Amino acid sequence: MLSQRVAQQTLRRMAAQQPAHRFVAPAAVLRTSNAIAGQRRWAASHPVEKMSEGEAINKVLNQQRLRRPVSPHLAIYQPQITWYLSILHRITGSLLSGGFYVFGALYLIAPALGWHLESASLAAGFAAWPVILQFLSKFMVGWTFTFKTFQGVRHLIWDTASMITNPQVNKSGWFVVGASAVSALALCFL
Amino acid sequence: MALRIASRRLALAQQCAPKMLRRGMATPASAIEHTKEPLSATSESLSASRPPIPESKTTTVKEPHFDPQAKTKTFHIYRWNPDEPTSKPKMQSYTLDLNKTGPMMLDALIRIKNEVDPTLTFRRSCREGICGSCAMNIDGVNTLACLCRIPTETTKESRIYPLPHTYVVKDLVPDLTQFYKQYKSIKPYLQRDTPPEDGRENRQSKADRRKLDGLYECILCACCSTSCPSYWWNSEEYLGPAVLLQSYRWIADSRDERTAERKDMFQNSMSLYRCHTILNCSRTCPKGLNPALAIAEIKKSMAVA
Repeated sequence: MLSQRVAQQTLRRMAAQQPAHRFVAPAAVLRTSNAIAGQRRWAASHPVEKMSEGEAINKVLNQQRLRRPVSPHLAIYQPQITWYLSILHRITGSLLSGGFYVFGALYLIAPALGWHLESASLAAGFAAWPVILQFLSKFMVGWTFTFKTFQGVRHLIWDTASMITNPQVNKSGWFVVGASAVSALALCFL
Repeated sequence: MALRIASRRLALAQQCAPKMLRRGMATPASAIEHTKEPLSATSESLSASRPPIPESKTTTVKEPHFDPQAKTKTFHIYRWNPDEPTSKPKMQSYTLDLNKTGPMMLDALIRIKNEVDPTLTFRRSCREGICGSCAMNIDGVNTLACLCRIPTETTKESRIYPLPHTYVVKDLVPDLTQFYKQYKSIKPYLQRDTPPEDGRENRQSKADRRKLDGLYECILCACCSTSCPSYWWNSEEYLGPAVLLQSYRWIADSRDERTAERKDMFQNSMSLYRCHTILNCSRTCPKGLNPALAIAEIKKSMAVA
């Protein structure tokens, strides 16, 4: 996704640079041909290129558009449960699937490299960790899973076009936060 | 996969670059590059999407008439002047006496423009939430300035920005050309092939008419579309909640005969399905409508029927 976008942007930037240079050229020509400051006529008569009024207006607009800033967005929008849960949903999804793929690949090549990723040796290694670290890591992994699950259920319900009014969305959102935390805690004690 | 798509796009671009770049564009091709994923932070920093100079580094314009019993409130307002195109946008602070200001944010803006700083630029017209001109981001939420009360706590400072992730024309005026083009693309009018039965009117049952409630009230202020993160990153191709709600208004209309055609338009990954049910749209709608529900209904009807 990202690489695709980077390639796209590079292309567009390359294409974008050309007109910008073209805009510069006529001004330079004008400056050299009308050397006497008093006789310069800034608007109307332009010997180099003739254009209709509409084109001229468009040109001014286009030149302005090149400079326009994009108004601030992520940084200024109020934190709301709607989009915060949505981005968490995506992050937990990436973590779960990414973790699955990474571990799967490691497990696959482990015998060739002589690593020990079997359940028994992993469990033994985990048992040697300090308790607080064990708890934290279990909670994090458990919460990623439970949060994603509850959110997934919420999305399935939304796909039937129900539970989609503002108060319901608010309630179900906070329910997911609470339920995922509680069930992750419960999973920690297994 | 991504590489394959990228290389295909490269080949495509070489054949017909100008045409591809013009596709559905309101802004010139050279301006497209600013629509970015949040992750590509490097390109973000190189673009014109620079953060405004914070209010701590700009001056404060004070309330013109001093009054010992003043209820003074501070407003930080986003400013950018196209006549100084190379200068950065900035946050300008104004203090106003709330006793002398009307109750709504729009009253505050108009008072600043009339009495303090005539260069402040914003759109406004009806001052009663029916025209949708004064849509802006107030205290972090997109809404209509004319329907938004000024919080009376004077300790809290208000911040006003243009609609998020839009090109700024000047100060609080966003460029909505792309938004209107997208609206036009869904053909927002009745399409029929058969003449009305009585030769005069296209009639509709009361139940069918009721299906349009909550849809026809949309004033196209663009608050919902510009609150949608998905629309921020993909406004070139994703239609956004406002336009999709409008489209559903015609899909749901019993008198329209191009329902299938309208739905066919959405059979691609971008137009409709960039909606990830984030639901910022319904949360922010100043008219209390539910664009998310309309989109869910479209998705459902496309999956089921």
